Amino acid sequence: MSGLALQDVSKRFGDFTAVDNVSLSIPHGTFVCMLGPSGCGKTTLLRMIAGLEEPSTGTILLDGTDITPIPTHKRDFGMVFQSLALFPHLNVGDNIAYPLRIRGVGKAEQKKRVAELLDMISLQGYAERPVAKLSGGQRQRVAIARALALSPKLFLLDEPLSALDAKLREAMQVELRQLQQKLGITTIVVTHDQREAMTMADLVVVMGEGRIRQAAPPVEIYRKPADAFVADFIGSTNLLSVGADGALLGRAMPSLAMATRSAGGKLSIRPEDVQLVAAGSGMFAGTVSFVRDLGGTIETFVDVGGTTVVAISTPRERTPFKAGDPVDVTLPLESCVVLKG
Amino acid sequence: MRREPPRTLADYAPIAFPALMLVIFFVVPFSTMIAVSFFQRDPAGFYSPAFTFANYERFLSAFFGGVLGFSIMLAVMVAIVCVLVAFPFTWLLTQASRRVQIVWLVAILSVLSLSEVIIGFAWSTLFSRTAGITNLLVMAGLMAEPQALMPGFGAVLTAMVYQALPYTVLVLYPAIVRLDPTLLEAARTLGASPMRAFLNVVVPALRNTIMATLIMVFVFALGSYLLPQILGRPQHWTLSVLITDQAIYQSNMPFAAAMAVFLVLMSLALVGLTLMVGSQREERT
Repeated sequence: MSGLALQDVSKRFGDFTAVDNVSLSIPHGTFVCMLGPSGCGKTTLLRMIAGLEEPSTGTILLDGTDITPIPTHKRDFGMVFQSLALFPHLNVGDNIAYPLRIRGVGKAEQKKRVAELLDMISLQGYAERPVAKLSGGQRQRVAIARALALSPKLFLLDEPLSALDAKLREAMQVELRQLQQKLGITTIVVTHDQREAMTMADLVVVMGEGRIRQAAPPVEIYRKPADAFVADFIGSTNLLSVGADGALLGRAMPSLAMATRSAGGKLSIRPEDVQLVAAGSGMFAGTVSFVRDLGGTIETFVDVGGTTVVAISTPRERTPFKAGDPVDVTLPLESCVVLKG
Repeated sequence: MRREPPRTLADYAPIAFPALMLVIFFVVPFSTMIAVSFFQRDPAGFYSPAFTFANYERFLSAFFGGVLGFSIMLAVMVAIVCVLVAFPFTWLLTQASRRVQIVWLVAILSVLSLSEVIIGFAWSTLFSRTAGITNLLVMAGLMAEPQALMPGFGAVLTAMVYQALPYTVLVLYPAIVRLDPTLLEAARTLGASPMRAFLNVVVPALRNTIMATLIMVFVFALGSYLLPQILGRPQHWTLSVLITDQAIYQSNMPFAAAMAVFLVLMSLALVGLTLMVGSQREERT
C-alpha cells in the first residue's frame, strides 16, 4: 500500500469530538485539499498527520508503515503554518537553512541548497534579508521553501494563503499547484476557501462536523455532490425539497419519485443549469423577484410558488429580466442531482 | 485621537504632577546624596559642608574595590541563576492549563509579600544544623549527620535567588505568553527535538526579554543588604552592607554617600554596556 492512509482516525478533546472516525487513502504525488467550515476538524486532522496532535484512536500509515507513534521531528514532513511561523531572529537564508542545520548538513552544502530553494521561489539574493522586511507574499514563499528544504515525503499546509489579499492569493494558488506538479510531492492543504480547493486539488476532501462528507476530484464534487452539506458548501446551488410522491415545486414528477424513493429529501441544481424561458413555455411558472446584474454574469431570482430558484446567465444569452416579470423555469433533469438525506 | 505637538504651557499640564513627584522623590534626594559625598565628616556631630574628594579617595583602596567587585559578582550570579531557573519554569507554566497557571501565579505573588527579614531568618533556620534541611537528607539516608549550611556563599546566593525569583517570573511571563506557539511546532516539523527547538527558537526569539530581565534582577540584587549579613560571613558582605554600616553605625554620611554614588555609577555603566552589546548583536543579524 503506497501513499498515506488514515484508518478510523478519531480525536476527542474532553467531551468534544473534533475528528470522528476518518478513513482516507492518498496515493503518492496527489494534491489534496481538505475543505470545510471552521471547526470541522480539518486542521486537527492535518496536525495529527504532522504528529503535533496524537489521535485518540486509529492509525496513520505511510507506505504501509504505522507512523502514529513516531514523533513530529522524526517524520520528515514539511509543514507551512497559518501564521507561517518564520523565526524572527533569523534572516531569510538562515530560516531556510534551519532544517539543514538541524540535520548536520555541511555549511557549503547548506549554502548551495538555500540558493537552489531561493531560485525555486524566485527570491534570488534575498538570503541576507531580515524576515521582518519581507512582504506577505515573500514570507509565504520563504515558509514554503523552508518546509521543502529537506525534500520531505509529505508537504502539509494549514490555511497557507489566508493572510494574503485576494489577488495575491489567486496568483499563489496557481504558483503552489505548479510547484507541486514540478516536484511531484504528496501535498495536503487545509482551506475553507472552495475556489482555492477547486484551483489546486486533485482530490477534494469535504469535511463537516469531524467527518468526511465526500472525497472526490473537484469537478465531481461540484457536479455530483454527495449530500446537501457538500452541495451547499461548494459553490452556490438551488436546494429543492422533493415530496414523498416526487412532488417538486408543487408539481408531481413521476420520474423523480423513482429516483428519490430510496433516498428522499432534496435535489440540487446549479444556478447556471437553470433555464429561464418565456412564460407559458417551460416546466414551472414563476415571477422574477430580484435581479443582480454583476456585469459579467446576471443572477435572476425567480419565485416559484413560494420557493426561490436562482439562475445565472451571461448578458450575451438574453436580455435581462426585470423584477416582476412573469417567467417560466425549466430544470433539465440531467443536471439535477438527487441528494441523500 | 488628536496627535499634535504641545504648543502652549498649558499643554504640558498633564505631566506636571509626575514631574513634580520625580523631582521631590528622586532628583532632590539623589542630588543631596551627591552633594553630601563631597562633604566632610564632623566627628562631633553629623557632617559639615565642604568640597573634598577625600571620601572618594578612601574608597579607592584594595579593600573597598574587592567589596565592590564581590557585590557586582554576586548580583550577576543571582541574575543569571534566576533567569536560568525562571525561564524554563515560566515556559512550562505557560504550557499548562489556565487553572494551573493561576494557582502558580498567585503562589508566586504571595512570596512577594514576605519581607527580606523573614526570608533571611527562614533560610537561616532551613540551613541550620539542628532544624535544617540536612536533617531530611539524614532521614532519607543520604547523609551521615546533619550539617550547618550557613554562614556561607551558597546560603547567601540561595536566599537572594529565592527573593528575586518571583520578580523574574512575573517579568518573563507576559513575553513568553505572547510568543507564537507555532514557532516551536514549526521547529519540530523541521526536525528539531522539543529540547533543541526550545533552545534555538524560543530562547533566541526572546533574547531582548531575557536581557531586560537579567538587568532588572541584577539591579534588584545589588541593593540587597540584609541577606548577606544574616546568611553570610563578613567576606560575603556586599557594598550595600558597608554603606548601611557607615551611614547608621559609624555615622559617616559623607563616606556612605560616596560609596552609594560609586555603586550607582558602576551599575549604570554595566547596564549601559549590556544594552550596547545587545543592540550591536541586533544590528548584525
